[in-house]
Amino acid sequence: MSKWFKKVLIAVVPLFLLTVLAACGQKQTDNVYQRTKSAKKIVWGVKADTRLFGLMNVKNGDIEGFDVDLAKAITKQMYGKDAQAEFIQTTAKTKVPLLKNGNIDAVAAAMTITDKRKKIIDYTQPYFGAGQSLLVKKGSPIKAVRDLNKAGTKVMAVKGTTAVDNIHKFAPKAKVLELDDYAQSFTALKSGQGVAMTTDNGILYGIAKENPDYEVVGGTFTNEPYGLAVDKGQTEMRAHIDKALDQLQANGTYSRLVEKWFGGIPGFDVKEVEQP
Amino acid sequence: MISVLTNNWSTLLTGFGNTLLSSVIALVFSLVIGSAFAIMETVPSKVARVIAHTYIEIFRNIPLLVITMFFYVVIPQYVAPMTGFAAGTVGLTLYTSSFIAETVRAGIQAVDIGQMEGARSNGMTYWQAMRYIILPQAFRLVIPPLGNQFINLIKNSSVLAFVAGFDLMYQGDALASATFDTFNTYLVVGVFYLVLTLPLSYYMRHLEKKLV
Repeated sequence: MSKWFKKVLIAVVPLFLLTVLAACGQKQTDNVYQRTKSAKKIVWGVKADTRLFGLMNVKNGDIEGFDVDLAKAITKQMYGKDAQAEFIQTTAKTKVPLLKNGNIDAVAAAMTITDKRKKIIDYTQPYFGAGQSLLVKKGSPIKAVRDLNKAGTKVMAVKGTTAVDNIHKFAPKAKVLELDDYAQSFTALKSGQGVAMTTDNGILYGIAKENPDYEVVGGTFTNEPYGLAVDKGQTEMRAHIDKALDQLQANGTYSRLVEKWFGGIPGFDVKEVEQP
Repeated sequence: MISVLTNNWSTLLTGFGNTLLSSVIALVFSLVIGSAFAIMETVPSKVARVIAHTYIEIFRNIPLLVITMFFYVVIPQYVAPMTGFAAGTVGLTLYTSSFIAETVRAGIQAVDIGQMEGARSNGMTYWQAMRYIILPQAFRLVIPPLGNQFINLIKNSSVLAFVAGFDLMYQGDALASATFDTFNTYLVVGVFYLVLTLPLSYYMRHLEKKLV
């Protein structure tokens, strides 16, 4: 082999391998409803860093929150008392890929229904009416989203959330620092990397409750109806989750769970939440 | 894969530029700092050796991400404001410099002791002998392992993604979560890293052939 040929080969082979990998991107679809029904188990993707929705309890390792309780209730409503709900920790960045590759059967992770996401996954009916708001240090000059619209203003948001796009829309001059999860975002706010942190009000109230030096300001400036999500094309699964949600709303379980998690949060309107 | 490139050309290019900038800054400073500590480790003074040893063991044995988070979160709270880019680049520099120090120290110690003795007996001072006799030979010996460190440095620069440093990996993450096309996005990001590391890899190989 000539020297040149070798060199070309070394350059071309990795590229070739990449193309082959790209071709393997497709996968086969299965019927999630039938599979989970016979296994009597649904694997839910939930948040584990978000107080009130899904937060890891460091004492026993369980994930606790409204989304987790609702997912448990739905699982039992669908497949009976002995059915199991298994929880896998996801972040805004990972939940869609995990759903797509089949690691989780459904998502219950404070996830807003958007047209963009609807193109690749399927949503149930909305189950929670949130809206985007701002968290700032007490006494901050930032009072509403318009105060952010200045060059040089830095705002923390979480990668892959609707909050990033919304800030681009409502405060186009602000610079968004995208971090991996809510805990990291809040840490960055505390260390002064930006003047505010933005995401949905429910999540922010959860943080403010534990950190009295910080407050939620400016009310909500968007509507963020949360939906449970399944992979695109899992219509049977979606229909059954929808039905279970209806039943839980009719028998009062749903209201009880909302009251349990959000009843005692000051400044939070439970009525608004229940009519997404 | 091509559409990811064409649709997000400017975003990816910004990320690529920041990765390159951070890597170049970290490379220059870690080479200087690393060499300084390598020399300190070999001088006769015990105090200097202990200082160098402590520095190297601290930064070599703490994960890069921990060092970076320290500069991103702790330093701004108590010392001075620091952006994600700066925190990542400083972390990268300190972390890499400890490995470079160990590499260069090995090179210095591999030069035959007779070289130093010969230089000294010809009237050179310790530092003259170091500068003109020992170091040129030492660096020639450590070019292959140094190349490894440089390549590692470029790859490790992806740590900037965790502290919003707007590097290639950060932009890739943002694109992947905005378009949901994770597969092709990370593929493109991988190719961009290859564009940086492959030429460097070949250049180090070329240098090795020329000098050794």
